Amino acid sequence: MTDYTEMWRKLGLNLENHAGLLAVLSEGYKNIYLSQKGRPKGMEYFDFVISEVHGLRIKEIADAKQAGRKVVGTFCVYVPEEIVLAADGVCIGLCAGAEVGSDEAEKFIPRNTCALIKAFMGFKLAGLCPYVELTDLIVGETTCDGKKKAYEIFQNITGKVYVMEIPNMKNEESKKLWHAEVVRFKETVEAITKKTITLANLKKGASLVNGKRRALQRLSGLRAADPAPISGLDALLVNQVSFYDDPVRFTEMTNKLCIELEERIKKGIGVASRGARRVLLSGSPMAIPNWKLHSIIEGSGAVVVGEESCVGERNFRDLLDENFSTVEEGLKKMADRYLEIDCACFTPNDERLENIQAMTKKLRANGVIHYALQFCTPYMMEAYKVEKALGSIPFMRMETDYSMEDVGQLKTRVEAFLEMVK
Amino acid sequence: MKALGIDIGSRYIKGALVEKGKWVDFKRAETSFNPLEKCNEMLKEMPADRVIATGYGRHLLEVHGNIKTITEIKAFARGARAFFFNCHTIIDIGGQDTKVIALNEQGNVWKFEMNDRCAAGTGKFMEIMAKNLGYSLDEFGSRALAAHDEIQLSSMCTVFAESEVVSLTAKGVAREEIAMAIHRAIINRVASMAKRFPLKAEVVFAGGCAYNPCLKELLEQSLKRNIRVASDPEMTGALGAALFAEEDGI
Repeated sequence: MTDYTEMWRKLGLNLENHAGLLAVLSEGYKNIYLSQKGRPKGMEYFDFVISEVHGLRIKEIADAKQAGRKVVGTFCVYVPEEIVLAADGVCIGLCAGAEVGSDEAEKFIPRNTCALIKAFMGFKLAGLCPYVELTDLIVGETTCDGKKKAYEIFQNITGKVYVMEIPNMKNEESKKLWHAEVVRFKETVEAITKKTITLANLKKGASLVNGKRRALQRLSGLRAADPAPISGLDALLVNQVSFYDDPVRFTEMTNKLCIELEERIKKGIGVASRGARRVLLSGSPMAIPNWKLHSIIEGSGAVVVGEESCVGERNFRDLLDENFSTVEEGLKKMADRYLEIDCACFTPNDERLENIQAMTKKLRANGVIHYALQFCTPYMMEAYKVEKALGSIPFMRMETDYSMEDVGQLKTRVEAFLEMVK
Repeated sequence: MKALGIDIGSRYIKGALVEKGKWVDFKRAETSFNPLEKCNEMLKEMPADRVIATGYGRHLLEVHGNIKTITEIKAFARGARAFFFNCHTIIDIGGQDTKVIALNEQGNVWKFEMNDRCAAGTGKFMEIMAKNLGYSLDEFGSRALAAHDEIQLSSMCTVFAESEVVSLTAKGVAREEIAMAIHRAIINRVASMAKRFPLKAEVVFAGGCAYNPCLKELLEQSLKRNIRVASDPEMTGALGAALFAEEDGI
């Protein structure tokens, strides 16, 4: 294996802590992922990506920076990646899914903060995130109170934060506001990259991101098969990797995986037996390496067939209409496309209920587990409406964080839920 | 044919032996630091043709004894119905979790609620508080019933409540009054979980804490209805598991 120590030192990481993190991550990956039976061969690429998550990919991005490209970090599927790619930038999701650096983070933010916010603060403060160190611009957004205020502090720490205002309603005035925000973002990216976004490169960016979305949609559709051709854990991983891998390569490898899955479906090969219980997970995002609920559910004999989540369907459900003939028109269509996303920060948010019902049906889920990160109020609140909307479909809500101390109880609850679904 | 249900709880391991749908033997042992050994002893003492394990430690027997498991939620549903045919809701205050289980007409689990990760409001909390006040668990409830003041405990956190108890004792508050406040705090929490479901027909208080007369009385006051307690409430989970084992239906 290549020794990246020098690269990490240059990025200012805390080498001792970082070695510890990688050891835990690789051990966890071995236990949770590599122990799975009947995995598709196409997952080998994603295993490789994980093994190089702070190695080769960081080197690639560092090389791209050397070559003059700019790196934009994001925390939300509302940030238009097309614009970053149009300006030949590299777009990276910075959300973190491990309990790391909590002590450091708690010097700045309250203890009762959602695990995702605490983790992105913690990763930076503990000197553990090479991605943050490589960014030229960190894009925040006003999706929830916790993130909004955390970005103010993150700006003090990094000096690279730019915040997009996401409205809370979807009326005409909100649409105008959001459209203006997309235009402002385009101008910001142009200023940072010193590149002009033209019709041609905007179309190129749009086509790259749509390609990625189509590959993820294809994967999602294949999970409707019984027996399920891929585990929920593996499909979740593909979705997580989509946030920081090179988009062209990612799309190619995901499509390749899908071809293999299509073959499996034809032959009736699956990761669980036909008729195994099928669960749809719905709610808060599961940032890498948060594999907690998937591993509990699949460890209890069921299959997770979908994620109604930002790391999941919400990220790729809608394509951008590429049929535009000016940059202005493209940005308008882009703003409209992003405003379709059914984040719980909106009120009302009935589209989400319809989307969950549709996913349950399409993926032939036997039950829905609603997952909210603790202190993620918008999703915790919406659980009530989701349960009502699902009617007689078995439903259970779970609130948890990244720690492992509640795994025993969660396992009992999941098993009891699966006994009911049976 | 004999069927055994073993309920491996965080404090006690309970074993119930059934034959032709009736329970014929029951044993209880402290979980201790070596639950597997205790389970093996029980398996030897109560030989059975079929076994199902349940409770917090059920996977121990699945891994080491290749024994089938069901969750305590399912086991309690079955066991409570065996005691009370019209049971619709089950309340269990266990060693480390508290749960309320609602059944459908057929007696299957319809919905359930469980407490969060910490020990607040669980049997373990009771045990620690009784010890702090110098009571045995057996006398804790009956002594609390002698209280007449209405002291409120402001914290349900085991750690904070412990220091609150210390400060109440230091103020000279009689220990039955503090005992009552502890019972009331636990029931407030359990009752609010139970009230999330429509309460119909019979509500059954199961698990070892159901022996405590004060908890039962406060639960009745809070839910405004009679609560049924079986003669051996701590056996509910083991009995349910044994009944499932007998018909081999999990």
